Amino acid sequence: MSTAEHPLPDDLRADIAALVREELHPRGASVAALRLVQARFRWISTAHLREVAELLRMSVEDLDGIATYFNLLFRKPVGQHVIMLCDSVSCWIMGREHLCAHLCRTLGIRPGETTEDGAITLLPIVCLGHCDHAPALLVNETLHGNVDIASLDRLTDTLRGTLR
Amino acid sequence: MSFPDRPLTAMIDVAAGPPDCMAYERAGGWEAVRRALKNLTPAEVVDTVTRSKLRGRGGAGFGTGQKWSFVPKEPASERRKYLIANADEMEPGTFKDRLLLEGNPLQLVEGMILAAYAIQAGHGIIFLRGEYHLACKRLDQAIAEARHEGWLGENILGSGFSFDIHVHSSAGRYICGEETALLTALEGRRATPRSKPPFPQTGGLWGTPSVVNNVETLCNLPHIITNGPEWFLALGTGTDGGTKLYGVSGRVCRPGTWELPIGTSLREIIEDHAGGMLPGYGLRALLPGGASTAFLDVTALDVAMDYGSVEKAGSRLGTGMAIILDDRTCPVGMIHNLEHFFAQESCGWCTPCRDGLPWVERLLMAIEAGTGEEEDLEQLDRHARMLGTPGRTFCAHAPGAMAPLASGLKLFREDFAEHITQHGCPLQHAARSLERGRDDQHSY
Amino acid sequence: MTSIHIDGRTCPTRPDINLLQACLEAGASLPYFCWHPELGSVGACRQCAVRQFSGADDKTGRIVMACMTPVTDGTIVSIDDAEAREFREGVIEWMMVNHPHDCPVCEEGSECHLQDMTVMTGHNTRRYRFTKRTHRSQDLGPFVKHEMNRCIACYRCVRFYRDYAGGDDLAAFASHDNVYFGRAADGTLENAFSGNLVEICPTGVFTDKPFSGAYSRKWDMRGAPSVCVHCAVGCNTIVNARQETVRRVLNRYNGEVNRYVLCDRGRFGHGFVNAASRIRTPLRRINGQLVPVSTQDAMAQFSRMAARGPVVGIASSRASLESCFSLRVLVGADRFSTGQSRQEQDCAELGLSLLRTHPGLIPALHDMESADAVLVLGEDVSATAPRLGLSLRQSVRQASFRAADAAKVPRWMDAAVRTLGSECSSALFIATPAPTDLDSIAQETFHAAPDDIARLGFAIAHRIDPAAPAVSDLVESQAALADRIAMALVAAKKPLVVSGMQYGSPALMRAAAGIAAALATKTPVAALSLVFPDCNSMGLAMVGGLSLDAVLEKAEAGEIATLVILENDLSRHLDPAVLAKLTEAVPGIVIIDHTMTPLCETACLVLPAAPFTECSGTIVSQEGRAQRYFPVVFPSAPIQSGWRWVQALGQHIIVEDEAASAEIRATGLTDWRRMDDVTLALARDIPVLAAAVGAAPGADYRLEEQRPRNEPHRASGRTVIRSHISVRDQPPPASPDTPFSNSMEGAYGPDMPAALVPYFRTPAWNSVQSLSRFQQEIGGAMRGGDPGVRLFADLSSDQQDNRQPLYSYSLDIPAAFRPQSDKVLLLPEGRLFGSEELSLHSPPVAARSAAPALGLPAGDVPPGRVTLHLNGGVHDLPVQEIAGLPEGIALCPPHMVSRAFVFPCQASLSTADGKGKRT
Ligand SMILES: Cc1cc2nc3c(=O)[nH]c(=O)nc-3n(C[C@H](O)[C@H](O)[C@H](O)COP(=O)(O)O)c2cc1C
Ligand code: SF4
Ligand code: FES
Repeated sequence: MSTAEHPLPDDLRADIAALVREELHPRGASVAALRLVQARFRWISTAHLREVAELLRMSVEDLDGIATYFNLLFRKPVGQHVIMLCDSVSCWIMGREHLCAHLCRTLGIRPGETTEDGAITLLPIVCLGHCDHAPALLVNETLHGNVDIASLDRLTDTLRGTLR
Repeated sequence: MSFPDRPLTAMIDVAAGPPDCMAYERAGGWEAVRRALKNLTPAEVVDTVTRSKLRGRGGAGFGTGQKWSFVPKEPASERRKYLIANADEMEPGTFKDRLLLEGNPLQLVEGMILAAYAIQAGHGIIFLRGEYHLACKRLDQAIAEARHEGWLGENILGSGFSFDIHVHSSAGRYICGEETALLTALEGRRATPRSKPPFPQTGGLWGTPSVVNNVETLCNLPHIITNGPEWFLALGTGTDGGTKLYGVSGRVCRPGTWELPIGTSLREIIEDHAGGMLPGYGLRALLPGGASTAFLDVTALDVAMDYGSVEKAGSRLGTGMAIILDDRTCPVGMIHNLEHFFAQESCGWCTPCRDGLPWVERLLMAIEAGTGEEEDLEQLDRHARMLGTPGRTFCAHAPGAMAPLASGLKLFREDFAEHITQHGCPLQHAARSLERGRDDQHSY
Repeated sequence: MTSIHIDGRTCPTRPDINLLQACLEAGASLPYFCWHPELGSVGACRQCAVRQFSGADDKTGRIVMACMTPVTDGTIVSIDDAEAREFREGVIEWMMVNHPHDCPVCEEGSECHLQDMTVMTGHNTRRYRFTKRTHRSQDLGPFVKHEMNRCIACYRCVRFYRDYAGGDDLAAFASHDNVYFGRAADGTLENAFSGNLVEICPTGVFTDKPFSGAYSRKWDMRGAPSVCVHCAVGCNTIVNARQETVRRVLNRYNGEVNRYVLCDRGRFGHGFVNAASRIRTPLRRINGQLVPVSTQDAMAQFSRMAARGPVVGIASSRASLESCFSLRVLVGADRFSTGQSRQEQDCAELGLSLLRTHPGLIPALHDMESADAVLVLGEDVSATAPRLGLSLRQSVRQASFRAADAAKVPRWMDAAVRTLGSECSSALFIATPAPTDLDSIAQETFHAAPDDIARLGFAIAHRIDPAAPAVSDLVESQAALADRIAMALVAAKKPLVVSGMQYGSPALMRAAAGIAAALATKTPVAALSLVFPDCNSMGLAMVGGLSLDAVLEKAEAGEIATLVILENDLSRHLDPAVLAKLTEAVPGIVIIDHTMTPLCETACLVLPAAPFTECSGTIVSQEGRAQRYFPVVFPSAPIQSGWRWVQALGQHIIVEDEAASAEIRATGLTDWRRMDDVTLALARDIPVLAAAVGAAPGADYRLEEQRPRNEPHRASGRTVIRSHISVRDQPPPASPDTPFSNSMEGAYGPDMPAALVPYFRTPAWNSVQSLSRFQQEIGGAMRGGDPGVRLFADLSSDQQDNRQPLYSYSLDIPAAFRPQSDKVLLLPEGRLFGSEELSLHSPPVAARSAAPALGLPAGDVPPGRVTLHLNGGVHDLPVQEIAGLPEGIALCPPHMVSRAFVFPCQASLSTADGKGKRT
C-alpha cells in the first residue's frame, strides 16, 4: 500500500528537475526537492532519497547527510497527521508540558511516536513564532494558538474523523 | 506628505490580511523604489541608509549601510551577487518577522529591491523558516504579483536594473539563522557556519558577494528612502534611529508585538502595551531580546530598549522580544528548557557546543528532577564561563546559549541551591521528559 | 625573518602558516584534532586554544584557536596560560563525554592521537555522570573497520574522504551530539584511498581491518622503511611486522612523493607476502611434479642444466635493481632480457628517452599538485598510478588558491578557500578511451581510440608551437577542442602533461611529450610525466636488455639451454601461444620468485626468493627516483634475496665449467657479500644508475655510533613471544643488508636519514602525528632530507639550455581510428584492484577485485554474455556497458581473459546465438 518504495511519480520528478534548473548548482535544490517529496508522501523513503539524489547529481550519502540534518525532514514514516507541539520557552511557561502529557495519554503514544491506527504522529518542535498565543502547536500546515485541553481534544477528534 | 510614526506596521491589518499591490501602492508603497531607481545611484542609497544609522534587527545590530559598503561595486549585470532576507526567525520567544511577512509581504519585497539596488545584486532570496507556511503562501503571492506588475524582473522601471526574488523554505534548524550557516544551507549542504574571512559581502553564497539582512531591517528601507534618514533617526528616542518591533510573551495580560520608537523602556512595553502581569503573577525576571539574551531582573525595568542601554544593563537587545519569567515559574526549569533547545539546535560542528551543551542540559534536568549534586553548580558555572565568551566556540550559538544560564546562575543562585538541598523543585514542576532525537538519524 | 613569542620564548618561524603550525614547528606541545597538515584548518575541534596578546602592553589578551590564527611577525602567545590550559582540558573532557573507555581493547591504543592529547592536556578524572549516547557501527568492507562510538567528531574523515580524495559514499549524518560519520547503509567504502582513514582518524573509529586479524600494539612491532611495489609511483611506506610476519603497511611521509597518503592497493596489497602462494623452499620437477628439495639438490640440478649450454636471464620490472643487475652479470648483457614483450620494452625505452630529452620539468608527485593546468593524454591514471591521480585531483584547486590570495584568505583556511573556489577550478583535461575517476573534476573530457587521442595531442602541440607538425584532416570539433586545451595550457604558469604506457601506444607518448616540449618553449617548468607499468619499470629500462621477443628468437634458433627467470610471470607479458612457443623451445627453466605463478608450471627448478618485506632492494619510480626498501622480516634459509640466488647460481656454474667460472669470477659476482656491494657494482657498470647508491644509507650507516633501531623502546615480548618453545632470550636477527639493529637497542631520532625512519614516535606523541617532529617544516621535507635520489631530474636541467633548440618533434602521426565492422579494438582495462599482479594475492584486495567483464559502448550492447575470440583463444564474458566508450572499442582486464595480449589488438565477438558482432 505504501508508495514509499515505488518510483517517484513523473510529475514530481519533473518538478524536481525544474528546481534543479533554477539553481546555480543542482545541490542548491536539495532541501526544496526533499520537501516536495515529503509533501507528497509525508516522509522521505530511502528509495525516494536515492532517486532525488540522482536528480541532484549527488550521492545518497551526501543527500542523506542533509536529510538527517534538518528537523522537518522525516526519514521514517509518520501518521496521516503530524502534531508538532512547541516545546520552547514561552510555551513551556504557559504549560505545554500538561498538554503534552494529555496528548500522550489520549493518543497512547510518546512524543516521536505514531498512533497505532496511523492517524497521528506527535513531535516536539521549536518555537513556532506564536509565543503571544502560547501554548502553540502546528498541525500539518496549520498553526493553532492558545491551546488548552478542551481545544486539544476537539482537535484530535477532528483529525481522527478525517482519517482516510 | 504625512510622516508615519509606525512605518513598519502601518499597513498591517491582521484580520484583513496583507495589502495587494494596488492597496500597497495607494498607501504609499513603491514610492521608494521609484525614487531610488529613477533618482538615486546605488552609492546614494547606501549613503542614505548609512546616514539613517539603521542597525541590523537580526540580533547583532551591525550598521546596515556599513555592511553594504563592503560589497564589490560592479553593476549587477557584471557580477553575480545575492541579497538574502533572513526570515529564519527561530529564536524562542521571537515572533516579529512573522508579523511582517504575513502582514505586509510587499513591504519586504520593496525593501529587498532597494537593498539589492544598493549593492547591485541581481538575485534575491528569502530564507524562510520551514514552519512558516502562511508566510510562505503570502510571500509567493506577493512576489508573483510584484513580478506581474513589473516591480521584479528584467529592467525594473526601465532603470536597467534587474532583480528577482526566490523563496527558500528551510527545513528547521535554528543555526540556519546564523548568516554564514544560512549560506551553507542555501548551497545544499549541512548548515554549519563558516569562518570569516571571507565575509559574505565578498565571498558569500557559492563564493560570490552576498548580503544577509534581517526581515525587519529590510522592511525599514522603503520608509527611510521615502521619508529620509533624518526622519528615521528622529523616530528613535536615543542614539539609535527608527522604530523597533517589540514583543512580550509569558504570563502578561496582553502578550503581543508592537512597533515602538527604538529605546522605549521595558516598563512601558510590559506595563502599557502588554498590560502588565496576569492577576496573581508577579514579574520575577525577563529575557529582554529572545532566548539568547541574559536575564534582567525587575531593577532593570526602566532600561531603554536600545542596543547600548540594554548592553549596559548586562544583557542584549537581541530581537527585542521579551520573555517574562513570573514568580510562579521555576527559573531552573525555564533555563533547562532553554538549554534543551540550544543543545538540540547545536549544529554539531565544534566540540564545546556539541558536547558541552548537552552536559549542561543534563545537569539542569538532574537538578530540576531532584538528583542534582553540590558539584553540579560548579560544572554549570564552568560551562557558562568556558562557552560564554565568543571565540571559543566556532559561532555565536553557544555564547548565546550561555547568556541565560550565566545570568540565571547569578540571579537565581538560591533557587538552584534549594533544588539541590531539597532534592527537587520547590515549585513542584515535574522535570520535563527529554524529547530529544526528533532529528536523530534513527528517529525523524 | 618572522618570529613569534611563545610563553616568553622567541621562536623564528615563517609567514603564511597558522599559529598552531608555528607552535608545533617551534617544538611546543599544543594539542589539536581537526587540523591536519594536508587538510588545513577548519576550527571544528577547538582544541588548540592559546592566549594571544595584541602587543607587549596587552596584559589580558584573548583566547584564540591557534589553527585559525595567521602568524604575523611578533605575535605574542601563551600556551601555558592557565585559562587556555583549562579550556584545552575542558575540550578533551567534552570529547570524553561519549567516548568509550575501551582503550585496552581498542586497536588504536598505543598510537592514538586522542590518548596522546588527553595526557597532554592533563584531563584524567571523569566528571560527567550521565549515560553516554551510543551508535551502531557499520560494516565498511574488507579494508576498514568502523566503531562509531569512539568518534570525537573532528570531521577529519569526511574532509579527507570527500574534499581531498573525492569520495562521496562517506558523509556526516544527523546533527548536534548525534552526528554520525559513515555510509548511508553498510557496504564497502568505494574510494581508492579509504585506507587512509585509518591514519587520518585521530582515534579508533576507522581502523585497519586486515591488521585487526593479526593485531599487535605499535610498540610491539618492528618497522621497516619500505617502498610500495604495487605501481610505478613509488610511494614510501612503513611495513610493520611481529613474530616474523608482516602485519600491516602504513604511509611513510616523503615530502616530494606520497606525502601523507597511500592508495588502498598499496596499503592492503602486501598480503601476498604472507599468502599461501608463497614459495618457501626450492622445488624441482621430478616425474612431472614440482617437489620440495634441498638447496644443495637444487644447485646440483642447476649445475647440470648450466652444463647443457647457454644460460639466458630474464629479469623483471617488479624485481629490484640489484636482483636484475646480478642476473645481467651472471648471463652477460647480450643474454639478458628485461622480461617484457617487445611492445612493452619499446614503450619503456621510448618513455625513458622522452623524459630524458624533455626540455622542461620532470615533476615529482608533489610538483603535480601545484600544476595549474593539466592534460592527461591516454592513461587512466586513477587505475594505473592511483596516488598520482590523487595529486592531479589536488591540482584543480590551484585556481581557488589564487582566489583566496586575492581575498587575502590564507591558503590553509580550508573551508574558506573551498567556499571561494566553489566557482573556479584549474583546468584539467582528460583524453582517454574510457571514462575515468577523474572525469568528474575535469573541465573537458575526450573519449576516443588511442590513435585519435594521439592525433588530438599532436594537434595541441602544433597549436602551441607551430614548429611541431600539424595534423591534417582533424575533424572540426576535435580541432576546436585542441585549440581550447592548447590555450588553457599556454595560459598556465605551471602546465603539466601526463601520459603513459597503459595502451602500449608510442604515438600517445610522443604526442604527450611533444605538447610538453612545445609548452617548454613558453615556460621552463612545463612538466611531463609518464606512467610506467611496474614498480621498477623505470629502473629496468635504465638497465636495458633484450625483449622477450628477442629471447624467443634465440630460443627458436636453439641458442638457449637454460632460462633463468627472475620474479617474472611471463604469462603476464606474452600471449599464451607465444609463451608456449618459448617454453617449448627451451629445455630448462629456472624460476626465482617469492610467489607461485602460472609460469611455475613450466619450470624445472623453482627457487624461493625474498619479497620486498624480507630483503633490501632499490627500485626506480616513474619520476626517476631511486628508492630503497629494507627487510622487516628475516626469513630463514633457504629463502633469500633474488640476487643471492643468482649469486648462488653463479657459484654453481663455476663448479661445473672452468671457463665459465673464470668468466664469472671476473665479474665479481661471487665476491659480493652484501647488497651494498651489488649496488656499488651496478653504479660502476651502469653510469645512469650511479646515483642509485645514494637512495639510502648503506648497511654501514651508524647513528650516534650505533645501528639505528627499528623497534620502539617499549617493544616487549622478544622472549615471551616464543616462550611456549623456549624461554631463552633470542638474539635479534642479523642481516648484512641493512643498517638496522632489528631490535629495540640502538639509536633513533627525528634527525635520522629519512630513508631509514622505521616508525614515527617522539616523546608525548605516539601516534603518526609525531611525524611533524621529523619534518624540517610541517608539510616540507623530512629533516634528514626526503628519501630517494632523482636519477635524471638533474640531467635534464643540466642539458636544458643546449637541448631545447635540438628538440625534435615526432612526425609519426597515426591515422584516424576507423571502427571495423567485424572486429573490435580490444584495449586493456586498468583496474585499481585486480590489474596489478602481486596485490591480487592479498585477500582483502582480492575481495575488492571484480569479476571479469567485457566493456562495450553503451547502447550497442548485446544482452547477457558474449564470446571474445582473441588470438585463437575463446573467452565467455559478461557484458558491461560503458557510457562514453567510443564505438568499435572493447575493454577488458587482460589478466582475466588470457593473462596477456599485445595491444592494439583486433578481436571478434560473438553472442550465444552464434551471431558475430554486427554481422
Ligand atoms: C545562532 C544564531 C541564530 C541567528 N538566527 C537569526 C534569525 O533567525 N534571523 C535573523 O535575522 N538573524 C539571525 N541571526 C543573526 C544573523 O547571523 C545575522 O546577523 C543577521 O541576519 C544579519 O541581519 P541584520 O544585519 O539585518 O541584523 C542569528 C545569529 C546566530 C548566531
Ligand atoms: S558553536 Fe555550536 S552551532 Fe556554532 S559552530 Fe559550534 S557546534 Fe555549531
Ligand atoms: S515559545 Fe512556543 S511559540 Fe514561541
